[in-house]
Amino acid sequence: MSMYFSKEHEWVKIDGSQATVGISAHAAHELGDITFVELPQVGKTLKQFDTLAGIESVKAASDIYAPVSGKVVAVNDKLEDAPELVNESAEEEGWICRLEVANAADVSALMDAAAYAEYLKGLE
Amino acid sequence: MEDLKATPLREHHEGLKALMAPFGGWLMPIQYAGIIAEHKWCREKAALFDICHMGEFLFQGDIVADGLDDVFTFSVQNIPVGRSRYGFLLNERGGVIDDLIVFRLAQDQVMIVVNAATIDNDFAVIRSRLKEGANLTDISQRTGKLDLQGPLSREVLVELFGPEIGSIPFFKFIKTTILGVEALVSRTGYTGELGYEIFIPAHKAVELWEQLLKDPRVAPAGLGARDLLRLEVGYSLYGNDLDENTTPVAAGLRNFVNLDKEFVGKNALVEEQQRGPERVKVAFKVTSRRSPRHHYEIWREGAAVGTVTSGAFSPMLGCGIGLGFVTPDASALGTKLSIRHERVEMEAEVVELPFYTGGSLRA
Repeated sequence: MSMYFSKEHEWVKIDGSQATVGISAHAAHELGDITFVELPQVGKTLKQFDTLAGIESVKAASDIYAPVSGKVVAVNDKLEDAPELVNESAEEEGWICRLEVANAADVSALMDAAAYAEYLKGLE
Repeated sequence: MEDLKATPLREHHEGLKALMAPFGGWLMPIQYAGIIAEHKWCREKAALFDICHMGEFLFQGDIVADGLDDVFTFSVQNIPVGRSRYGFLLNERGGVIDDLIVFRLAQDQVMIVVNAATIDNDFAVIRSRLKEGANLTDISQRTGKLDLQGPLSREVLVELFGPEIGSIPFFKFIKTTILGVEALVSRTGYTGELGYEIFIPAHKAVELWEQLLKDPRVAPAGLGARDLLRLEVGYSLYGNDLDENTTPVAAGLRNFVNLDKEFVGKNALVEEQQRGPERVKVAFKVTSRRSPRHHYEIWREGAAVGTVTSGAFSPMLGCGIGLGFVTPDASALGTKLSIRHERVEMEAEVVELPFYTGGSLRA
């Protein structure tokens, strides 16, 4: 399974035709206490970098973009009552949704973990 | 960017890895452990806030003869020595130049505590309304202010500085000796909890901060938690919920205005009260965990009726809460509102203040 990151700080783990999506630990830390996650509708079809979901923290409201094109097949409904899971475990328990991947080549527009770590250094 | 001012505690905040940000011209700590954790600590234990940025003016003289009694929306002369009062400094239009607290230190001496961003203007305005030669001094630079707020704040202060502090009633204060210097300890605050504002010479602020933080019941809290705490109990934030274009009548703060006395802006308030304000403040609860935010639009039945001035997710209520100004027809309790911003839309309902009623304020 491989993990990729977008410049907007989403992560995606690709497992065959399924992609699990969330926001990076860095993004969760920057947002501060997360108070609400607007989950996407199951069945919704998105193009890469379309607005997928929304996330709110005590500091700000932000959009989450689809890191790859696809159809939403599952959402992490634990986040409805416990959005703080994203702070506690952004890249595991705090996943946001699963997509049925439409185009495997989309990942070429993303970064791998090492490249993302470099990218974050550049933002400091 | 303009030069930011810093309190004597700046290095201590940085040492605690606080997130620092500009606030009213000052570089201030927004959070340490996290806004919600600090908020919870204040509601359950005792949270320590660096409030050295706020302004203090000292007046010495004859309150009536020097004109101070006509400066604010309440009578200074009627405040008993040892008590403080909250109210407003208004412009000719009745708009709020600042909200402030006046402490009656002695028959002929008062301290005026004002917001940080408005210090210079407040001082100039108050000065201009006093008799020529009246004795008003800006003592902000040499005055430190630390707030200890939360249900355990009384026992912490009593153990450290003696039993006298334990018997101060709400909105009263004492002068006492702390760390070998004269300090003013006031039973006031901005959180809805039992709490104290401690005024101490600025050069002693660091020592007091360190001593209080040694107590395991005390943790530092930043301006992020302070904003959440004050909103849950419905206190106004100057610059958001109050400004020079907003009157105390529109803001629902008529209780802090005495129309039986003279003050600048009185005629405008009387007129506004007679014809009814064009906009009025409402408090509203969101039906989800979504946060309304400053400048979001308020709609009712398909029409824009106003603007949000403060909003947040309330950890105590588990939903979004906010304050805003709307046309009077949309202000009745129970009115269904819709809060909108770009693609975000949330349903809300007008409710009574305070949002949170479980605080230890009057304990």
